[in-house]
Amino acid sequence: MNETQHAAIDVKGLVKRYGTRTVVDHVDLRLMPGRICGFLGPNGSGKTTTLRLICGLLTPDAGNGTCLGHDLITGRDAIKRQTGYMTQKFGLYEDLTIRENLDFVARVYLLDHVRDRVDRALERLDLASRQNQLTGALSGGWKQRLALAACVLHEPKLLLLDEPTAGVDPKARRAFWDEIHALAAEGITVLTSTHYMDEAERCHEIAYIAYGRLMARGTAEDIVAQSGLKAWLATGPGADKLAPLLRDVPGVTAAAAFGLTLHVCGPDEVALEAAIAPLRRDKTVKWEKSEPTLEDIFIHLMGQARDNAEAA
Amino acid sequence: MGFLHRLLAMIYKEALQLRRDRLTFAMMFGIPIMQLVLFGFAINNDPKGLPTAILASDHSALTRALISTIGNTGYFSFSNAVATEKEADELLQRGAVQFIITIPGDFTRKLIRRERAQIVIEADATDPATTSGALAAVDQAISQTLTREFSGPLAIYRTGESSAEVLLHRRYNPESITRYNVVPGLLGIILTMTMVMMTALAVTRERERGTMENLLAMPVRPIEVMVGKIAPYIVIGAIQVSVVLIAANILFGVPFVGSFTLFGIATLLFITVNLALGFTFSTISQNQLQAVQMSFFFLMPSILLSGFAFPFRGMPGWAQAIGEALPVTHFLRIVRGLMLKGASFEQIVGEVTILLLMLVIVSALAISRYRVTLD
Repeated sequence: MNETQHAAIDVKGLVKRYGTRTVVDHVDLRLMPGRICGFLGPNGSGKTTTLRLICGLLTPDAGNGTCLGHDLITGRDAIKRQTGYMTQKFGLYEDLTIRENLDFVARVYLLDHVRDRVDRALERLDLASRQNQLTGALSGGWKQRLALAACVLHEPKLLLLDEPTAGVDPKARRAFWDEIHALAAEGITVLTSTHYMDEAERCHEIAYIAYGRLMARGTAEDIVAQSGLKAWLATGPGADKLAPLLRDVPGVTAAAAFGLTLHVCGPDEVALEAAIAPLRRDKTVKWEKSEPTLEDIFIHLMGQARDNAEAA
Repeated sequence: MGFLHRLLAMIYKEALQLRRDRLTFAMMFGIPIMQLVLFGFAINNDPKGLPTAILASDHSALTRALISTIGNTGYFSFSNAVATEKEADELLQRGAVQFIITIPGDFTRKLIRRERAQIVIEADATDPATTSGALAAVDQAISQTLTREFSGPLAIYRTGESSAEVLLHRRYNPESITRYNVVPGLLGIILTMTMVMMTALAVTRERERGTMENLLAMPVRPIEVMVGKIAPYIVIGAIQVSVVLIAANILFGVPFVGSFTLFGIATLLFITVNLALGFTFSTISQNQLQAVQMSFFFLMPSILLSGFAFPFRGMPGWAQAIGEALPVTHFLRIVRGLMLKGASFEQIVGEVTILLLMLVIVSALAISRYRVTLD
């Protein structure tokens, strides 16, 4: 990627307040074209608000920047024309058929050859067989494909997806992500919020937000490396039942059972070893050093963000 | 025991939800109070002080006494003294006066000669309810005057009850058929009811179902959303009007003496005002239930204070002022004028201008309230 290329999203110091609550707190975000960025963070952390700020649905209280080269505020109309935004809640008309919905979207964007375009979109997202069915009667997976079809119909340069795969089965999720990668390969930039770690790992890069603040940014490997978190894995009879004993112990960020194993992590190597030392006396459980997972890191970051928020 | 506990749980939950729904709560208390006030203070089935044009060609002491007695009944307010019949007719057709009282030049002379003397009262009978009380009072006023004036030495001129008679012309609706008045009014009410509610629901539905966010993310302008939402209902409104008009003619023989073109223009205008109003409601209400409640809250004064259900001129000033602010009041005057009186463009242009003004104000309000963002 050459440095002179313009970023698809380049925003600085975005702030959005609702009353006294700061929902988005000085968020900087830069994303190069053709990249897929996973936007992660706990519920209510400001992911949806940030997406809305970027696509012009909300006006920031402070901060500025560009989106596809257009100013966030004055270029709102131009941004809308080149951006596809998929809302968290299904945003198309349930009392229209799949085809009718797509026809409507195509006309609103003033597209030419509406019929052909809709045909192609139906084909591409495998919706053709049910094109004349009312949208309200479709299951989650179909609705999600339709929503994606609707937001790529006008061939946008940027896709903003707000938890696009919530409530969708694994097979449909995989197909959805294959499609996202295909779109990115065509040069479309994608910013998608998600709660799924496996999806985060399919992104080129990750942005983690908590309490309205951007806490981490980079590829999954970068974030793991930067975190400085240490982890241990316990296996053996009863290992999974040890989690409650470690939860509030100093030096432990997270202790969680995965199947029959126990995964423990903390920011300080010495403190963590001290914390698990009493449990290691039981020789039936085997302890070994491990790599922290993205989830560990996010839980750790969330704790940090909360401490910051409380201190402020 | 289980029944009671579950029941209490249910009641408690319902009460909690009800308390959170402020608008419903306000409506439950607001509507009865509004009804009480309107029915109690505003509505009067025996209107007094009705504007009357006097066309007196006889200027004797007797006629002056007569006019003043008629005035003293309280039913008439002599708003216009006119010189010619044409002038008086124009006032009546425009709806500026409710009555024309004509006293012929030979009235006193005829009385003294013991001939039959006549007073002519022409009433705008498009709304029979408005005029009935007043007309009943006139006869009494006349006989009272004659008895009083022809007393003492003049008693010889007293010739009994029928020496002077009132010749009554019920104009525009000679048989005083109530439905001639109700049907045009109903057109206004039906349109208000459906048009306001339909658009109020149409936009709120987008918000409630979550499609609004999607719509806003697309490059569609507020004016396009507004006009696009309104246009289909204009057609529906036009069909409604045609159906009501045809049915009124076939079933009840309600006449239509005026211009269809003028009627069409006025009706389209009225429909559009209502739709814009509904659109404005939808930008205020949070959900479809609130939109319906607001429409209902608007419909009630439209029925009660517009002159549809009760005589407009019977209401006190403040109620008339509210009535003037409602589009249906003006539409009612236009439609009655056109259907029953054959009013000309000049005669309805005032009311049309008011509707036009309302459209501009309401549309501006609607567009300014419609947000392109979710802020």
